[in-house]
Amino acid sequence: MSPKRIVLYFNADTSDKPMIYRLVKDYDLIINIVKANVNPQKEGTMVLEVEGEQSIQGLDYLRNLGVKIEDLNKEIVHNEEKCVMCGACTAICPTGALKLERPSMEVSFNGDECVVCELCIKVCPMKAMEVSL
Amino acid sequence: MGVEKTYAEINARIKSGQAVVVTADELITIVKEKGLSQATREVDVVTTGTFAPMCSSGAFLSLGHTTPRMKMQKVWLNGVPAYSGLAAVDAYIGATEVPEDDPLNGNYPGEFRYGGGHVIQDLVARKPIRMKALAYGTDCYPRREIDTTITIDSINEATLFNPRNAYQNYNCAVNLTDRIIYTYMGMLKPRLGNAHYSTSGQLSPLLKDPNFQTIGIGTRIFLGGGIGYIAWHGTQHFPSIQSVDGKDLGPAGGTLAVIGDLKQMSPRWLVGTSYLGYGATLSVGIGVPIPILNEEIARYAAATDEELFAPIVDYGDDYPSMKPGNLGFISYADLKSGEITVNGRKTKTAPLSSLPRAREIASTLKNWILECQFLINEPVQLLPSPTDGLKSNTLKG
Ligand code: SF4
Ligand code: SF4
Repeated sequence: MSPKRIVLYFNADTSDKPMIYRLVKDYDLIINIVKANVNPQKEGTMVLEVEGEQSIQGLDYLRNLGVKIEDLNKEIVHNEEKCVMCGACTAICPTGALKLERPSMEVSFNGDECVVCELCIKVCPMKAMEVSL
Repeated sequence: MGVEKTYAEINARIKSGQAVVVTADELITIVKEKGLSQATREVDVVTTGTFAPMCSSGAFLSLGHTTPRMKMQKVWLNGVPAYSGLAAVDAYIGATEVPEDDPLNGNYPGEFRYGGGHVIQDLVARKPIRMKALAYGTDCYPRREIDTTITIDSINEATLFNPRNAYQNYNCAVNLTDRIIYTYMGMLKPRLGNAHYSTSGQLSPLLKDPNFQTIGIGTRIFLGGGIGYIAWHGTQHFPSIQSVDGKDLGPAGGTLAVIGDLKQMSPRWLVGTSYLGYGATLSVGIGVPIPILNEEIARYAAATDEELFAPIVDYGDDYPSMKPGNLGFISYADLKSGEITVNGRKTKTAPLSSLPRAREIASTLKNWILECQFLINEPVQLLPSPTDGLKSNTLKG
């Protein structure tokens, strides 16, 4: 069985819990952390590859802690034709995948840092951020 | 006193290809390098620019007569109602209008995917627009309904007329409450999670002529990618000079009413915009040229991001409940740096107004003038200035 790619979203109350340690120790899972990010408000996102027989139980344990879990099977695309470089997404994106370059103040998108939280999809006033499946 | 120039002299230099035209950013550098007097002597025109959502916008459309004739009472364009309480086939499509079947904030926060601003963008993009109208029928206008397709070229006139654009300055919006709020200043995260601002600072038109010494009725401008004019002062034009403890923090409160032929504008500079949980609107590109008539005008036009300030306002409670005051002032230099401190807490800033697009407007306008496609109009009448003391009224009830 190939590893399952998931993304975790957690808040300040859970970001200091030893979640990964528990997944490995209590549920015997093989975990590969693809990306991880905790912003100054202590909201965190993490992309994991998870493998192991007890993966369902392990993920239930995380859900009980209040962690939101989604399968990572989509990708976010920045439609540069539609983007007006307003910057409105840059203080919303939790990982800095969308950011203002200084001093040009142009908006750049780095897919490697994106955790597919889809916040930019909702807030972009020009609908320039798109989901591709 | 130093140099004094006239509009006629400046236009003569533009026509002879000798005018010195620079953007407001470039003027700042020139003043730093050569001093104000020399800059005033050398520079004829300074160009400015802003590209941001401007809600009080819309277009008058004169749709053309039908056979038999019809006095349209209700008009919809791509499902968005247009106001038609005008003559038989005239309508006004407002930027913030949304279809009657839009769920609005019924499923909060509403998406407002398509509204009047989007209709205007589709019109200038020369896309076909489905038009429906109803009428009650009269002896001279018997027809009662129509369902057809129009384009900007198939109708008679399309005139962009925006009653309030180009706000001189704007609040820096934050949220002190414990919940996410969705505003026209974007999504604001709880407990000072972010701070949004919305002018291009030292490039922004009305920040560069705080006393309205050159901007007035008839000023020719860059509007929506084409040429437009200042028609009047905008609604809620209450210009003032902000100050704290006697320190000048730059102007605020001025606005413009602008007009122009929509048929020569471009969808790059009139963009339908959707604010989550707030509504639909239109982002408008505007650039105003400032003729450098004397040193005082040059000094104001050279104001820097360090000298121009925005008030920080809580949109969680203070703004909606009309509480006066603010959480302090912050310079555009600090806002553009990406992080500011409010109530002792660091927070990330982001603009809603596109600085790259504002720069593009200022340099496009500069090129138009240099290529002699655009002369500087002397206003018929200047707009009211801070000394006129216009004050806002509030509605009772
Ligand atoms: S909010 Fe949308 S239009 Fe604005 S910079 Fe981000 S992606 Fe571009
Ligand atoms: S989905 Fe959008 S907001 Fe979320 S991390 Fe990716 S770029 Fe940032």
